[in-house]
Amino acid sequence: MMSALYCLAFGKAGRGGLCGINPAFRLIAEKSEMTGHRLAWVMVATALVAGCGDKPQQNGDKQGVLIGQASPLTGPQAHLGKDNENGARLALDEINAAGLTLGGKKIVLELKSEDDAADPKTATTVAQKLVDEGVAGVIGHLNSGATIPASKIYSDNGIPQISPSATAVAYTASGFKTAYRVMTNDAQQGSVLGQYAVTKLGAKKIAIIDDRTAYGQGLADEVEKAAKAAGGEVVAREYTSDRSTDFMAILTSIKGKAPDLVFFGGMDPQAAPMIKQLKQLGMQAKFLGGDGAQTPKFIELAGADGEGALASNPGLPLDAMPGGSAFKAKFEAKYGKIQNYSPYAYDAMHVLVEAMKRADSSDPAKYLAELPKTDYQGVTGRIRFDAKGDITGGAVTLYQVKNGKWQTLETVQSGK
Amino acid sequence: MDIFLQQLINGLVLGSVYALVALGYTMVYGILELINFAHGEITMMGAMVALAVIGALAVAAPGLPGVLILGAGLAVAIPACMTLGLLIERVAYRPLRHAPRLAPLITAIGVSIILQNIAMLIWGKQYIPFPAILPEDRHTIYGASITDVQIAILLLATSIMLMLILVVQKTRLGRAMRATAQSRQVASLMGVDVNRVIASTFVIGSALAAVAGVMVSVYYGLAHYYMGFLLGLKAFSAAVLGGIGNLGGAMLGGLLLGLIESLGAGYIGDLTGGFLGSHYQDVFAFFVLIAVLVFRPQGLLGARVVERA
Repeated sequence: MMSALYCLAFGKAGRGGLCGINPAFRLIAEKSEMTGHRLAWVMVATALVAGCGDKPQQNGDKQGVLIGQASPLTGPQAHLGKDNENGARLALDEINAAGLTLGGKKIVLELKSEDDAADPKTATTVAQKLVDEGVAGVIGHLNSGATIPASKIYSDNGIPQISPSATAVAYTASGFKTAYRVMTNDAQQGSVLGQYAVTKLGAKKIAIIDDRTAYGQGLADEVEKAAKAAGGEVVAREYTSDRSTDFMAILTSIKGKAPDLVFFGGMDPQAAPMIKQLKQLGMQAKFLGGDGAQTPKFIELAGADGEGALASNPGLPLDAMPGGSAFKAKFEAKYGKIQNYSPYAYDAMHVLVEAMKRADSSDPAKYLAELPKTDYQGVTGRIRFDAKGDITGGAVTLYQVKNGKWQTLETVQSGK
Repeated sequence: MDIFLQQLINGLVLGSVYALVALGYTMVYGILELINFAHGEITMMGAMVALAVIGALAVAAPGLPGVLILGAGLAVAIPACMTLGLLIERVAYRPLRHAPRLAPLITAIGVSIILQNIAMLIWGKQYIPFPAILPEDRHTIYGASITDVQIAILLLATSIMLMLILVVQKTRLGRAMRATAQSRQVASLMGVDVNRVIASTFVIGSALAAVAGVMVSVYYGLAHYYMGFLLGLKAFSAAVLGGIGNLGGAMLGGLLLGLIESLGAGYIGDLTGGFLGSHYQDVFAFFVLIAVLVFRPQGLLGARVVERA
């Protein structure tokens, strides 16, 4: 740690090998005159040990390359975060098993998985930690609210970042060359949802609730725009936080405006109690959610009250995906039920490594230029990036809970 | 009008839960001048233990009526919380009985963190769903909807509070508690076993917390290891609002806080023209706490703290 600090102070990049130890050495040697020899050598020893950290070692002809993964591994969304990690790990293990050679050296990939607790502040700490540990690329984060602040750190350090699930438009709008995602963004998801609500579900009065995160708020704004454009009336716009489970007050206030449909921009640990309370209040309105709600956990938490709930998810349904059933079999054999985004994490890892293969190097400076040229046939479909880092030609699928399971209603393809 | 009534009902239900937890805070503060920060976590433990039992029973014996399963859950959770409260008092607070006031306060925070982490280690970090075993019937009164669960919570909370008043006013233990709250030394001179009284206070408070925890998990349909934190803070604010150390104050403060939160979150958007939204719901409790401490620190009904003659 101390060596890292001195490295920063002396402006050297803290990656690989014993760089930056020399200035630290000098300073500590100077200090030893003041603090005594023994203490100084203890400090030197600590600095050396701390400086080593988790950097990949070279043993023999095999070189280790770290790939970072960040998602909420604790908290209410831990099931989704773990799902992402498992998807990335499945891909990583496959790549290692098949053998990877870059620049003439045999490469062994290692997954460095960190927990950002879906919190923007923790996400920046985690991002800095991953960068300091010398990751060659990052699959992450899961939530838009965490991905966006982290993307600045990755961009400043030139580390390519592919998010499997962050859908907020703001993520790729900041113009960072290192920010990519393999899932359709909320501009499309929101517009499909808003249109569907008014045209297909026949909702004239719509109430919108969001959880004030970058994702929930962004999606809700897009849905509001699209619903208004399609001729619907937004009768209420309410807010909650991403930790709350009591929505009785907001739902009661919405009940007074008699909406046909309630849209919630947020994740499943809240969408489930929300629909329960909606039913408790005797509201007849339909419940519509985004991809955050379209998970098995939603059905588990909502129970019988979840029946009839609608939600969207960018991309195709798993069975309609080109590699969907094969992936499902592989994944479920190792990790159990797929929660939501693991196929995207899987593809993201492959896309990253494919770019490395094309550049024949795991050095971010070299393979970053290859990422825009990606044309990869993944489990989720054909992956190509546009100038901003979004995928081209995305789709949005709508689902409904019938008999305790998510059933596919229809898929809306984007022309782009 | 029916919306106002609905918000009122929601607020009363929420308030009853706050009141039950606030009673625990207020009783302990009245006797020991200690804010038992671990109380929120005891509520959470009650909910988790009950949920574990109910979950197991719901799977093992699906034919049993839901109310019976719930009763079994309560029957396990209440003694469990009582034991937990007793243990905490014995291990964490009694050795610090004569220490400067800061020490037990910090210990209480430490116990709260320990309990949270124990729950996290045992039950994981996820939301645990409450099995759908209870009737979900709704009734409509003047356009407002009230479910069986809400009615049950209101009735149970009211009857428990009445029982507590009876115990404190009419029984010997209650008299001993009131005496110890007035002055510990004189009470012990009068033959009151102060240690036993303090232990009983913790036990009763923890039992109330267990019931409150089960109510919360039934009402929202889920429980998780962190649910006690915010609930505890709000209940404490409710106790301060009513007058710390004052049992009636805790009940009034709890109900009032529930109503403020419910009506506030429902109407704040309209009142401020959209400037402040309903996501400020949790802020109300703390705003009320600050306002009470600034304008009327003794609370609405007046605080009752140990006399330091």
